[in-house]
Amino acid sequence: MKKDNLVTQQRVRMQAERADDGLGPTSDIGSRLRALYGAVQDEGVPDQLLDLLEKLDSAEQAQSDKSSNRGGE
Amino acid sequence: MNAEGTSFKREMLATLPSLRAFAVSLTGKHDKADDLVQDTVMKAWAKQSSFEMGTNIKAWLFTILRNEFYSQMRKRGREVQDTDGAFTERLSVHPSQYGSMDLEDFKAALSELPDDQREAIILIGASGFSYEEAASICECAVGTMKSRVSRARTRLTELLKVSGESDYGPDAVSAQVTSGNHGF
Repeated sequence: MKKDNLVTQQRVRMQAERADDGLGPTSDIGSRLRALYGAVQDEGVPDQLLDLLEKLDSAEQAQSDKSSNRGGE
Repeated sequence: MNAEGTSFKREMLATLPSLRAFAVSLTGKHDKADDLVQDTVMKAWAKQSSFEMGTNIKAWLFTILRNEFYSQMRKRGREVQDTDGAFTERLSVHPSQYGSMDLEDFKAALSELPDDQREAIILIGASGFSYEEAASICECAVGTMKSRVSRARTRLTELLKVSGESDYGPDAVSAQVTSGNHGF
């Protein structure tokens, strides 16, 4: 609850900031910026990047399994 | 350790679409942007011990990506100049609420901005960072960030006024639907 309030406060503060920088929800420039940016975001993440993350993660887990095994012996 | 590694990965995954959009805005090209994101992911992974879980991973990743971009630019002697540094390529999915001419004009106007102003208005206006976060990503003062955004906005408004307001009507929107190739 307290955290929600904080988040709300922060949002209100950020919206107030936005309103006076002319990039808020009703701003023409702001919404076109977000349309461009959003179009790239919506393309999704290429498989090669997802694969890379998987590889990094499993390499690290293998590494940590190995060192914890060694520690146990 | 395992749980931490996994949640680091999960948080990274959640940030990738936005990180990638920022990379496209810097490089202007999707293939270069993907290379840049890939380099960033590897850098970030290698330094994950310096990241405190629970703090702002998005700002942390954007900082690494931006540093990586500018250091590669310096190394390559600005060979990257052939890009306009904004969303120069055709988008595979065109934002449906805008006419193609409308966003073409906007894209052209964006590419007229100095690099520091363009990245400022993108971080604040599109990536959703606060001025404090954006200033820390770009290693400048909060006041500097505010003035870059304000100058960028003023310049964009001028440029778009010059390029004509008649493009923004409903006709432009329906024209875009029939000629899908003109977006970016």
